Parts: sequence; structure tokens; C-alpha cells
Amino acid sequence: MSTILEVKHLTKKFDDNEVLKDVSFELKKGETLAVIGSSGSGKSTLLRCLNHLSPPDSGQILLEGVNINTPEIDINSIRADMGFVFQDFNLFTHLNILENVMFGPLRVRGLSKKQARQIAAAEIKRVGMIDKIDSYPAQLSGGQQQRISIARALALKPKLILFDEPTSALDPELTGEVLSVMTALANEGMTAIVVTHEMGFARSVADKVIFIDQGLIVEQGEPKIMFATPRHERTRLFLSNFVRLE
Amino acid sequence: MVSFFDYAIEILPEMLSGAWVTLQLSVVCITVGIFFGMILGVARVYSSKFIYWIVTAYVEFLRGTPCLLQLFFIYYGLGDMGLLLKPILAAGIALGINTSVYQAEYFRGAIQSIKPGQMVAARSMGLSKWKSIRYVILPQALRLVIPSSSNEIIYMFKYTSVAFAVGVPELLAQADLTGAMNFRYFESYVVAAIIYTIMVFAVAKIMSTIEKKVTIPGLQLAQ
Ligand SMILES: Nc1ncnc2c1ncn2[C@@H]1O[C@H](COP(=O)(O)OP(=O)(O)OP(=O)(O)O)[C@@H](O)[C@H]1O
Ligand SMILES: [Mg+2]
Repeated sequence: MSTILEVKHLTKKFDDNEVLKDVSFELKKGETLAVIGSSGSGKSTLLRCLNHLSPPDSGQILLEGVNINTPEIDINSIRADMGFVFQDFNLFTHLNILENVMFGPLRVRGLSKKQARQIAAAEIKRVGMIDKIDSYPAQLSGGQQQRISIARALALKPKLILFDEPTSALDPELTGEVLSVMTALANEGMTAIVVTHEMGFARSVADKVIFIDQGLIVEQGEPKIMFATPRHERTRLFLSNFVRLE
Repeated sequence: MVSFFDYAIEILPEMLSGAWVTLQLSVVCITVGIFFGMILGVARVYSSKFIYWIVTAYVEFLRGTPCLLQLFFIYYGLGDMGLLLKPILAAGIALGINTSVYQAEYFRGAIQSIKPGQMVAARSMGLSKWKSIRYVILPQALRLVIPSSSNEIIYMFKYTSVAFAVGVPELLAQADLTGAMNFRYFESYVVAAIIYTIMVFAVAKIMSTIEKKVTIPGLQLAQ
């Protein structure tokens, strides 16, 4: 499989706070990459740097071989190709479910209403929410809202999707429906980077996992191997918290 | 001396023509006010520092001076400088500008009450800042602003009576005229008051109907 994303020596500071220090990794088409690490380690910042919601200070981000971390790049077209799923969904409050998912094809891709509606209906079906097409976000549970926000990202036909703790704002009984949508996507060959505290998901669904601590990638590799035999003390300590919790 | 009712009927044509002018003047001012209020409100939240300061100074300056002064400035002041406007036009401009800065503040408040995540979500999909404002922020702000905006609209509706001071034949002017001609100010003012009340009631009703029509579950100002 071809490399879709290559990140080289990425750094990001907020004032004096070095949040990302020389982060490098790569991702192949169709892979799911899980990013794990404790709170404040820089996971969200990493995702937000990739699509310039938070512009990085230095380093390269190669999307299909093209460096997108240069001033000349049209960041809006890059963002349209990188879906983003937020912890707190951020569905558009004033639009119903159909309109939310149509939004990308219609307003960003500039497709006709008819085409946008077709794409949206297909994506809503894919996340199993077709019966809620006329509801407004506030009328849905958190899990349902997150599934729709995944459909909204998919409707742009992105090259990859960035998930920032997609289940952290959900009640425990609602995480399953979202994780199963994400698992199905991974099986269908969607490329994704998933920041998560769901170690079960990281272990069984991800092709690759990165453990990040204080802005540095401490360890990366195949999840089954890393979870069974972490090579670094910090990884071992981090994972042991979850073993105790699970 | 004819009874109040007969007198009221007698002056009704003049009073209704005044009411019609009041209505026209109000519609113009309110439309101008909402349109520019929206632009100024957006500018106060989303523009560069430089434009922000210009807009802020403009808004604060106009909020800090009396409406009547603004009207006199545009009618007599500019008239002195050679720019002679018809009274109704001068009043439309002065009152429209005046109400727009209040509307601007309501729009600013409405925009700032929208969760930042709405803008971030639109930007993360690759939408430009201005399109995000157009398609995400404004449709929400326009709904959120209705309650406070309605108050300003009703206030403005009554406040068009200051146009009387530059000779616009609106409702208050007509009450004054008929009162003076018949030496019956008391009754004339009562008729004017009744007409104002009916019109304001209708405006309030229209606003609350609009508010209900465009309401969306989950989209309202935090209490
Ligand atoms: N906009 C910002 N301005 C200043 N500092 C920031 C900003 N965003 C993040 N930080 C800082 O960067 C560091 C990393 O934050 P980040 O949100 O990336 O962590 P995280 O790994 O996603 O944590 P969590 O698991 O809690 O979401 C923190 O110290 C945080 O305070
Ligand atoms: Mg985070």
C-alpha cells in the first residue's frame, strides 16, 4: 500500500510551552493509526497541526507526497480532504441531520443540492441514522450526534479522517455504537488517525499505534506487540493504568 | 361641541395618513438598522484589529449622542453645508443610522453567544472564514438576535416620532396639527396614542410570529 501521509520533524510551541517536539511518523493508505497518551501530552495539538487548525511551527507534512506545511498551500482544499471529528461533535445547531451532512458537498465542494442530498443520504445510511434525517442535533443522543458528525466528515470524500477522542464526551453505554461505526470504516479501508483512550479499540482495530508523551513519540508500532511487550518504561506505566481500569 | 367619537372620526383621515408615514419611515429605518447592524456586529467580532477599532469608535460615538442631535445634524447641519435633504429622507437616514448601532450590539451579543466549535467545525471542513460566517454564524445569529432585536424595532417604531421635529408629517405631527386647528389637543393626542398602541401591538405580534416560525430545537440563548 502507498504512503498517504508522512510527517517529518513537526514542532509546535504555545509561547514557551513546547507541545510538539520533533514528531515524525507515516501512514499508509487504508491504515488506522491510534494515538494514545496521557492528558496534555499533545495529541489534540498534533491533529490540529495536521490540518492547520493550529499551524505548526516547523516540520513537513506530506500528503500524498506534497508538503502542505508551506505558506503557498491552499489550506482550505487540504482541510476538505482531511475530515475532522471532534470530541464534542460540533454539529451545526441550525441545520437538521440531512442538512448537516449535505453541508460539505454543497458549501465546500460546490455540488448541486440534488447531488449533495444523494451523497448525504448514503453517508447517513452508512452510520445507521436514516430514520433521523429530519431531526435537529439537539434532539439526538451524544452517540447519535457523533455518528452524524462522522457522516458529515465522510460526505466530503476525504483522503483521511482525524478523530479527536470521538467517544470521550459520551456516556459509557453510548461509546459502543460510535466505535462500531469506526470499526466498520476501518474495515472498509478508510484511512484514519484516532486519538483515543479506548485501548480496546486501539488494540483490536488499529493497524499501528503511537504513544506520545510530553510532545514526543516515545514508542510506535503494531498494537498487539506494543500492548503485550512495551519497550519503554513510560509506555509500560501508561498502559498499566488501563489494565487496572479494564 | 361634537363628541370624542365624532371628532375622532372627523380627524381620522389625517391621522391615518400620519400613521402611514410613520409606518413607511419605520420600515425604512428598521430595515436599514438591521442590515447595517448585522454588518457592524460581524465586523466587531470578526474583523482585523484596525477595522474593529474604527467600528467600535463609530458605534460608541453614535450611542453616546442623542438621536435628536443626530437628526438635526443631518437635516440642518448638512443643510447648512449645502446638502439639503427632504425631511423624510433626513429622518430615514438619521434614525436608520441610530438604530443600526443598537442592532449592532445585539448582533455582537448573539454572535458571541454561539459556541466557538461551530466556527471551528466549518473551518475544519475547508470553508473560508467569510463563507463560514455566511452559512453557519449568521443563520444562527439572526435567530438568536430576534428577542432583543424586536425590542429595538418596537422602540424605533415609536421613536420615529422625533421626525416631527424636522417637519415630517408622521402620526405625532398630524395629532399636533389637528389639535391646533380644532383647539382639541387632548383628543387628538388620545387618538394618536390609540393608533400607536394598535400598530405597536401588531408589530410585536409579527415579531413573535416570526420568532416562533424560525425557531429550531436547541438553538436559543442560554438563560
Ligand atoms: N491554544 C492553546 N494555547 C496555549 N496552550 C495550548 C493550546 N492548546 C493546547 N495547549 C497546551 O498544549 C498542551 C497539549 O495540549 P493538547 O490539547 O494537545 O493535549 P492532549 O494530549 O490532547 O490532552 P487531552 O487528553 O487532555 O485532550 C497542554 O499543555 C495545553 O495546555
Ligand atoms: Mg485532546
